[in-house]
Amino acid sequence: MNNPLTKTAWSPYAVGAAIGVLSWFAFATADHPLGITSAFENTAALAGQAVAPSLEETHPYYVDKAKEGESPKIGWEWMLVVGVFVGALLSSLSSGDRTNLKVPPLWRSRFGEGTAKRFVVAFLGGAVMMFGARLAQGCTSGHGISGTLQLAASSWLFVAAMFAAAVATAFLLYGKEGANNV
Amino acid sequence: MFEDPTRLVLGLLTGVVFGFLLQKGRVAKYGVILGQLLLKDWTVVKIMGSAVVVGSVGVFALVDGGQASLHIKPLLLGGVLVGAVLFGAGMAVLGYCPGTSVAACGEGRRDAMVGVLGMLAGAGLFVALYSPLQPLIHAWGDYGKLTLHEWLGVSPWLIVAGLVTASLLIVWFVESRPHRREPAETPGARHAAG
Repeated sequence: MNNPLTKTAWSPYAVGAAIGVLSWFAFATADHPLGITSAFENTAALAGQAVAPSLEETHPYYVDKAKEGESPKIGWEWMLVVGVFVGALLSSLSSGDRTNLKVPPLWRSRFGEGTAKRFVVAFLGGAVMMFGARLAQGCTSGHGISGTLQLAASSWLFVAAMFAAAVATAFLLYGKEGANNV
Repeated sequence: MFEDPTRLVLGLLTGVVFGFLLQKGRVAKYGVILGQLLLKDWTVVKIMGSAVVVGSVGVFALVDGGQASLHIKPLLLGGVLVGAVLFGAGMAVLGYCPGTSVAACGEGRRDAMVGVLGMLAGAGLFVALYSPLQPLIHAWGDYGKLTLHEWLGVSPWLIVAGLVTASLLIVWFVESRPHRREPAETPGARHAAG
């Protein structure tokens, strides 16, 4: 009964501290910070290349990245993203904390049952979020955790601006009353 | 196109632990992310803060010992500020950040799966518009790979010590306050939180 693996929730401080130790491991074994979004950029770039091989010589993205020695690849970070999926799958299987929710309850309380509406908005939100992450060269992991822990000025600025914009957007969506449904 | 197999296995292993922790930390849930953004549920800040403080101690020790190097993203004001605002707005709309949306897919959440497809589209758009975006990214100045300790002209350990002290004081203050007892805090209701 006391097996921690079967629990649905661990202390946020313990989880955070363990992610901190995991970043020691990532730096020590791969000399690489934890990050998610450059793997998405690499995937999109590889897909583009697969559809139109001539892009490699003609499109400025591929030309610039080749010059920097950072041509799109399946690397450590790409496998990290695959691992995040597998790890969350294993964790949810071990505790039974699984769902096939299409519309989260909080969303439903404000915007209704419609699955199509939720999916369209989720797609657009994901696209805008990722576009922003690549403009800034990082996300909640790459800037928010890995960058700030290295005391990078860009990352501290990113976190402040990102959090302010996210809180403002959340209140625009839900309002003060909606926040009481959390 | 592929890095060497050792690095691929190391990446996978690190990712499995990362995803496991995100799911156990309950941040692969729409309700928890929006709860943070609506300033009702501080799980996200607790996890990120603890990770940063614990991470910084070990990473600067590794760097001092010559076992690792810093990987600092450049402070390109246009790219970082415009990117951060778009990122924050998109995250509030989707209800998951990039790492937690992948973890939410592992947990079975269908809206996160659609969100991940959107993320691929957003990455594709960035690649396609790479050239015309450069003036925006470089607008307002490029301060290079600047760190806070270089900027302030102090040892990184001074700032790390400050972060450790501040975080211990904050945790002590927050956790010593009497907790509000709400139905949402019972284990059964937490389980159902969406």
